[in-house]
Amino acid sequence: MDDLLSEFLTETTENLSVLDVELVRLERNPNDPELLSNIFRLVHTVKGTCGFLGLPRLEKLAHAGENVLGRFRDGELPVTPNAVSIILESLDTIKGLLAVLEATEAEPPGDDSELIERLEAMAEGHGLHSDDAELPSEPVAAAPEPPVVPEPAVASEPAPAPLPEPSLPPAPVAAPAPAAPAAPAAQPAVAERKDGTGLPAVAERASRADGTAGEDREAPAKESAVAAQTIRVNVDLLENLMTMVSELVLTRNQLLQILRTQKESEFAAPLQRLNHVTSELQEGVMKTRMQPIGNAWAKLPRLVRDLAHELGRKIDLQMLGADTELDRQVLELIKDPLTHMVRNSADHGLESPSERLAAGKPETGRITLNAFHEGGHIIIEISDDGKGLSIEKIKKKAIENGLASEIELSGMTEQQVQQFIMKPGFSTAANVTSVSGRGVGMDVVKTNIEKIGGTIEMKSVQGRGTTFIIKIPLTLAIVSALIVECAGERFAIPQISVLELVRAAADSEHTIERLKGTPVLRLRDRLLPLVSLKYLLRLDDEREEDTNDETFIVVAQVGTYTFGIMVDKVFDTEEIVVKPVAPILRHIEMFSGNTILGDGSVIMILDPNGIASASGEISMADAMRSETKTVQTMRHEDSMALLLFKAGGGAPKAVPLSLVARLEDVDMTSLELSNGMPVVQYRGSLMPLVPIDTGFDIESEGRKPVLVFTDGDRSMGLVVDEIVDIVEERLNVQLKTERQGLMGSAIIAGRATDVIDAGFYLTQAYRDWFGSSNREAYEEERAKRVLLVDDSPFFRNLLTPLLSVAGYDVLTVDSASEALNLCEQGEQFDVIVSDIEMPGMSGLEFAQTIRRGTRWQDTPLIALSSYATTRDLDRGRQAGFNDYVAKFDRDALLYTLSQTLSEQKVA
Amino acid sequence: MMNGKMPVRRSEDDQFQGEGSHDYVTMTIAEQVFGIPVLQVQDVLGQQRITRIPLAPPEVAGSLNLRGRIVTAIDVRLRLNLPPRPKDKPGMSIVVDHQGELYSLMVDMVGEVLSLSNQDFERSPATLDPRWREVSLGIYRLNNQLLVVLDVPRLLNFASLEPA
Repeated sequence: MDDLLSEFLTETTENLSVLDVELVRLERNPNDPELLSNIFRLVHTVKGTCGFLGLPRLEKLAHAGENVLGRFRDGELPVTPNAVSIILESLDTIKGLLAVLEATEAEPPGDDSELIERLEAMAEGHGLHSDDAELPSEPVAAAPEPPVVPEPAVASEPAPAPLPEPSLPPAPVAAPAPAAPAAPAAQPAVAERKDGTGLPAVAERASRADGTAGEDREAPAKESAVAAQTIRVNVDLLENLMTMVSELVLTRNQLLQILRTQKESEFAAPLQRLNHVTSELQEGVMKTRMQPIGNAWAKLPRLVRDLAHELGRKIDLQMLGADTELDRQVLELIKDPLTHMVRNSADHGLESPSERLAAGKPETGRITLNAFHEGGHIIIEISDDGKGLSIEKIKKKAIENGLASEIELSGMTEQQVQQFIMKPGFSTAANVTSVSGRGVGMDVVKTNIEKIGGTIEMKSVQGRGTTFIIKIPLTLAIVSALIVECAGERFAIPQISVLELVRAAADSEHTIERLKGTPVLRLRDRLLPLVSLKYLLRLDDEREEDTNDETFIVVAQVGTYTFGIMVDKVFDTEEIVVKPVAPILRHIEMFSGNTILGDGSVIMILDPNGIASASGEISMADAMRSETKTVQTMRHEDSMALLLFKAGGGAPKAVPLSLVARLEDVDMTSLELSNGMPVVQYRGSLMPLVPIDTGFDIESEGRKPVLVFTDGDRSMGLVVDEIVDIVEERLNVQLKTERQGLMGSAIIAGRATDVIDAGFYLTQAYRDWFGSSNREAYEEERAKRVLLVDDSPFFRNLLTPLLSVAGYDVLTVDSASEALNLCEQGEQFDVIVSDIEMPGMSGLEFAQTIRRGTRWQDTPLIALSSYATTRDLDRGRQAGFNDYVAKFDRDALLYTLSQTLSEQKVA
Repeated sequence: MMNGKMPVRRSEDDQFQGEGSHDYVTMTIAEQVFGIPVLQVQDVLGQQRITRIPLAPPEVAGSLNLRGRIVTAIDVRLRLNLPPRPKDKPGMSIVVDHQGELYSLMVDMVGEVLSLSNQDFERSPATLDPRWREVSLGIYRLNNQLLVVLDVPRLLNFASLEPA
């Protein structure tokens, strides 16, 4: 039966029995306005729901009854037993109709015009006059009451006419069956329920559905069958029951623990029995909390339909496994994330019909929801056959939002790049629509799902669609947990997030290695970051420093981030009941709860999500951002990481590490010549290789280290002899040189080192990378402060050394707003060099802003842009730039700088 | 801050006005006698095995299992800015209910239940240590000593704690 219908039946049956009682009370206290309005409201509800469900016959009848009650309420009609009777009669008719409705799922044909007429007559006041004449009709109404109304007092109530009069004109239609048949018929229904399952009733209903003859007589029986099958129970009561069962489970566990220590115990057998009964009880109570996931989906078809209209798309929503059951609590928590994700799929995932046709796909996009059980988990898949995630768009967005730099991105796998959509403040929809694209999306979904111990994974193939896979535990109440020990304290880790256990010791194949103090573990050709629980929880080991160097590593997974938790010992797994921690401890995000173990001790439950975020994974992006920020606003004199290498003889050479995307080891035999230039196939494209100096030939044998410089989608490799070291030093170029490719010499790591000019080599690889490469002497300006505004970290890194070599004191920021902050802070510069194309405030707006009466309004401004047509120049000048330099023309920049500054001096 | 609390204080004081008496469970912490209204006390415990809770505020000694319920143990000494209890001395605990959660207040010794007359009650002197003032309701003058009445909700209100 339709959920809606059975809910309606349950509710209406309840309402009707309340009405029976209330009406009789009304008869006794005809002037109780509260009672009246309550009755009126109930009948109104019945009428309303009938109308809503499209049950016209019921609705008409209820409406007529409501009219009479309305007149009662307004005081236009006195409450007489006669009037009450006729209302009760209509209620009985409604009950009869409901019974048929339950059996056949359809309203029986027929009409109640006779009854309705009488009700209308009553409403108009005619009924009053016939009061005496129709007196005998009362018992009819009174008679059906006793079986239905629980109050025994009611039976004695209709005193005026004690004689039951069966000869009365029966109600015209299907529900004449008054008291007598109703009472016995209700009996079997109750009996059915007693024998344990509700199934017979269902079977009975099914068997009756075919025989519509004689339906009328049996109808009342079925009416109570529905009421008997489901009872409404307060959720609190269920929750309470669940808690009690959880306690029972714990006690059982404790008993079993004790039993294990005692070999031959007479308690063994009864305890086993208790064990089984408890397990079954637990299962049973869990079931009461289970609801089909379809409940959470109920609103989606409508949502998708509306979305399809709004977005002008054709969307087919398929829902599979809607009857998969899961814990009510879990259901509530995933409802919103699911809705959000379906909305995302419709808006971001699917293309418009024309785009789909162009891509050779059917016009109608498909979103599939699929839920199923898998080993103690519920898996929910949300997939669409849309355009998939665009790696390029994500990269672009990630850079714009400062989540990662170009260099970092180029080193990432597609999978890693895709993960960015789960980061806070990320949205790939180009435009913010009313549907989505506000950037509060997937990260919230992810957090919500992880909150309930779930994980979310994503598979996306460009052009083919995206699939999200959500894995959530069946229930939150009882979980299986691994018990570990660290610094003498025991902790529980939910089994669900544990992938495997690794023992690391000096004598085993796994040893913990350290990278600048950070422990890592080599695990199947992958480096696993490790988190020391002792360190994280600031557990000070009071005992002597453990001499045993054996460590266990719990490999845990949160989302796609895998990490190891270092613990001292691992015990067994136990079923634990997660209890919330005391309010004063809620702020500690490392714990998801606490519990009592089988041995009676209290133990804290670790929250892998909390540990992951505390150990850096989730906050990594933020940390990275703040770190780059400080680096960017740091004066150039401050130390920077330099890569030292040897190439082409002479002094060791250095290059700022931040310019180097990767270090590669290239097999020289794989060298090919393209357009007269040595190239090598690298990540699916050709990468030109450039030797350190032109007179230095690239050998064609052996392997050589190569420094890879990347900007956007272009890479070049600088072939060197040997990579020496990475040092953190202040880059202070002391000797300038006229030699091509060198920026000058500096003392690095105590030795004179040539600092190479990466820009020079870039032009070697791509002629168009920079404008010209011939260097001219330029006027040297001492300690002029230059503010460089550029969103590209690559150019910041490139220009900073260049400008500082030229004698400028350079400060860089990555956005116009950042620059304006500096302005507000009272910083002064001799000249400002700004990029034009920037996310957020563009260079033109920036210029207009500072020209509009800020403290910098007289500071010379030089625009730096890849577009340098005359039109651009004009636009730049209008905005307030003093000069305009093509981005790749370093010499022009230096020249312009010195020109501008000297003009300034003259002025 | 203090002003905001004043009306509350006054209404609390009302119950100490006039005739009548109140029953208190007494306890000693560092030689000082304290009292907690007897109706707030759920249990008195001896030395218990306590699970430490890492990263918790220092006053939280840990948690313990009281007949299947998890109870948070509060070291009242630390809460009152007193030095920690010497390790060799076993302590006792008083279990109280606060907003549906159980807390075990760790003290040195739990004494008898005293019925104290309102006439002996006084507000805490203004010169009292601010932390003590914050968590106490007032003072009873006993024959040979003074008894400080602890205000359990405030004692457990860690939000007002300044980071030590």
